[in-house]
Amino acid sequence: MTLLTDPAAPTACPSDAAPAPDFGNATGLVCRECGAHYPLGAAYACVECFGPLEVSYDLSGVTREQIEAGPASLWRYAPLLPVAAYAGTEPNLQPGMTKLVRADNLGAALGMTAPLWIKDDSGNPTHSFKDRVVAVAQSAARRLGLTTLACASTGNLANAVAAAAARAGMGSVVVIPSDLEAGKTVTTATYDGTLLAVKGNYDDVNRLCSELIGDPVTETWGFVNVNLRPYYAEGSKTLGYEVAEQLGWRTPQQVVIPVASGSLLTKVDKAWRELTGLGIIAESPYRVFGAQADGCSPVARAFADGLDVIRPVKPDTIAKSLAIGNPADGPYALDAVRRTGGAVASVSDADIVAAIRLLARSEGIFAETAGGVTLATFQRLLATGQASRDAETVLLNTGDGLKTIDAVSGVVGPTAVIDPRVDQVHEVLAPR
Amino acid sequence: MAVTIRIPTILRTYTGDTAEVSISDPGETLGSALEALEVTAPCIRARILDDDGSLRRFVNVYVDDEDVRFLDGLATPLKDGSSIAVIPAVAGG
Repeated sequence: MTLLTDPAAPTACPSDAAPAPDFGNATGLVCRECGAHYPLGAAYACVECFGPLEVSYDLSGVTREQIEAGPASLWRYAPLLPVAAYAGTEPNLQPGMTKLVRADNLGAALGMTAPLWIKDDSGNPTHSFKDRVVAVAQSAARRLGLTTLACASTGNLANAVAAAAARAGMGSVVVIPSDLEAGKTVTTATYDGTLLAVKGNYDDVNRLCSELIGDPVTETWGFVNVNLRPYYAEGSKTLGYEVAEQLGWRTPQQVVIPVASGSLLTKVDKAWRELTGLGIIAESPYRVFGAQADGCSPVARAFADGLDVIRPVKPDTIAKSLAIGNPADGPYALDAVRRTGGAVASVSDADIVAAIRLLARSEGIFAETAGGVTLATFQRLLATGQASRDAETVLLNTGDGLKTIDAVSGVVGPTAVIDPRVDQVHEVLAPR
Repeated sequence: MAVTIRIPTILRTYTGDTAEVSISDPGETLGSALEALEVTAPCIRARILDDDGSLRRFVNVYVDDEDVRFLDGLATPLKDGSSIAVIPAVAGG
């Protein structure tokens, strides 16, 4: 019998080595601050300077036709995301391709002379844009062998993580401030993962989750917005891709985006720059506007003060989904706004409620408080002349009003409470 | 006077993989405590502070659970038993 193996050979041959995880066209992670490169993995902050890591790609060859041939979900943009080509076939919530609603009634109310659109992301499976980012993070978790999805959340992300984990048979650990709206806590709890309500605000929750990274108990956890954040954040690009595709492969002239961490704003801008760079859309100027609540407006303040450093604040607003006092991507949001000639402004809680009602009665869209912030801020920007009524505009509604019903429950209600009698209907409807 | 400093995962290569370092003579402020940390963990200070000696843009430092940006920054006073935490700011949202 002949010995076919060489006793001096290494015990592991190349075919025995674990294959590199398939992240599609993604090539690595790059520090946005100092440019240091890292391999694709569960890393989020630069070892050299603490800067945020961002996914880098080789997108050459991605075409409009390739995207249009894809499924009617965000997975049609898989070639532009850090995901394997087959990611959409794995168990997930299949978010994306929400409606872009032409808002002529609202446009008339605001005195618009150019088209106004609402990108209504309340149409996602758990009724907010967070399903997008979670879908991409969940795919990354799979590639990296992480079996529990975790997050620090102001509520919408909590819903999205708990639901996506349930769909995929993964564990979930959701960490939230204990004072969130019932519409977010009850829904999250119903998906039946682990839900930790922390006595503190979102920034306290975020800090806790950051400190848990490296703790042995979290060894198999993918915190979607901490150690999976580079992948997670890329999911927000799909909002930008969809708006461009739904407008007929072009950008609007203005877009208004709610700002919490600032990530969504930067990624919509990135999406449009990518599409332009690939030649998928023609280059056309657009202005990016950021929207915050007065009670948590660190980015708006930095913009007004001409600063590029964000001074953290202690949030106090009904717009809890935007109540991030120390926004991680604030400086980059400012960069995008200033580069495009936009602005960041903020509005009062009363303005938010009024805007929620205006959007509902004019377009039949019931937005959560963040949507109210976006519309109210657009109204303010129009009043100050910073935004134009003559420019085609898209407002992003990122969540569903049913989750924040407390915001309006005190100011709306039945027109009348009557007995089941015709004469009482006549009485209520009689001209006064 | 002694304080403890919690070290984030990405800086534990400087502390021999230790998550919490005890400093027995930290001085009076956060700034002096970070100087003392440098003696124990050479080169770590430059990861936390920029070339101007200010806290890096994407690092959060807490003294007794309060973000030092709400206090006096590097001049934030310490007391015996103070707990300092250094945490990457790039999270959440």
